[in-house]
Amino acid sequence: MISIAIEKKLKAYSGQQVLQINKQFAPGSITKLYGPSGSGKTTFLKVLAGLITPEKGTIVVNGIAWFDAEAKINLPTQKRNTGFVFQQYALFPNMTVKQQLEYATTDEAWIKQLLLLGKLDTLTQHKPDHLSGGQQQRLAILRALATKPKLLLMDEPFSALDLKMKTELITGLKILLKELGTTTLIASHNAQELEGWADGEMEF
Amino acid sequence: MDLTPIWLTLKLAGITTLILLVIGLPFAWWLSRGKSFFKIIIEAIITMPLVLPPSVLGFYLLLAFSPKHGLGKWLQETFDVQFVFSFQGLVLASVIYSMPFMIGPVKSALQQLPKALSEASYTLGKTEWQTFKSVLLPNIKPSLLTATVLTFAHTLGEFGVVLMIGGNIPGITRVASLAVYDSVEAQDYAMANNYSLVLFSITFVLVIAVFVFNKYQAKTSLE
Repeated sequence: MISIAIEKKLKAYSGQQVLQINKQFAPGSITKLYGPSGSGKTTFLKVLAGLITPEKGTIVVNGIAWFDAEAKINLPTQKRNTGFVFQQYALFPNMTVKQQLEYATTDEAWIKQLLLLGKLDTLTQHKPDHLSGGQQQRLAILRALATKPKLLLMDEPFSALDLKMKTELITGLKILLKELGTTTLIASHNAQELEGWADGEMEF
Repeated sequence: MDLTPIWLTLKLAGITTLILLVIGLPFAWWLSRGKSFFKIIIEAIITMPLVLPPSVLGFYLLLAFSPKHGLGKWLQETFDVQFVFSFQGLVLASVIYSMPFMIGPVKSALQQLPKALSEASYTLGKTEWQTFKSVLLPNIKPSLLTATVLTFAHTLGEFGVVLMIGGNIPGITRVASLAVYDSVEAQDYAMANNYSLVLFSITFVLVIAVFVFNKYQAKTSLE
């Protein structure tokens, strides 16, 4: 169980806004976060990953405090084992498809499985510059899964994929995430996206 | 033509560049992260040699390391090292004098990398050092090369600082730029020309090499 109660100031054009979240996520659940741009979806995901520190509150994951403002607990990102798919992919320009995954894990069989899932098994020696937008986005998803994270945070992860590719990828992801028991949060500005897949929704 | 000043110059530039690679890279990385007033002050101090007359820097180094008092006296008595009129003094002065040439380009290049690159690496469980080594440095290669060559070339061309702190001792602190000056003083223009030509050629080749390399790099990443 992931229990979150946090407050974080957001910088907005119209003065300051405060992002307040009180929410629990069941283990293995898939939740869609939706709402307009600038409503704090990305900030919330980064807070969970430990990349942004909230001003107040607590984050407790399976009984372990990841963050507690009063007790001054703030588990570093490296120790949270969260997979993160960045909106701009954040692929490493110096590494090939395979190297990006090898940087994250030494498990060759797992890398092979991921490459098949993302249909990148024929492009292992390509660097991100030589991939299409959709291929880059798939690689970003695969890389986030490489560490077999217990919590997967995805920021607009399917925006560059066509419908067919998206459907296929989601079908594969569903099975994989179930196997791993990964709790998944997916930010999307499109309210219709992921219909029928997510167990829950969270509006921003 | 006595080649000792040339070798001395190359040795000085080589050692200075190596030292600056070791201390300059982590320093540049530290400066590239966050903004605090303290960092601004430190950065200003590092940048000073760019705008300060070299003789001013040399003068203060001379004062600081004079074996007669203060820091210089302590270093002399405790470690038996002397930075005034010695080769190690030249190295120290060159490190300070050329520091902005190493740190400046590397720092700006690091700042221009998207923050998400480091963040992605952290979410994969990698430490800051692993991230610096495997993600940040390989992606600023052209700037790194430019900084290294500029540092080397700039040290080759030092004059004021080395004259102040090193004196002009043949075989120890008499570098090529000083040899040019000496030759002119002695009205031996042919010799001055020899030294100048060597310095000019080395520097020219270095700068050309950087341009060619960076052009090639840019091409491959745009293809």
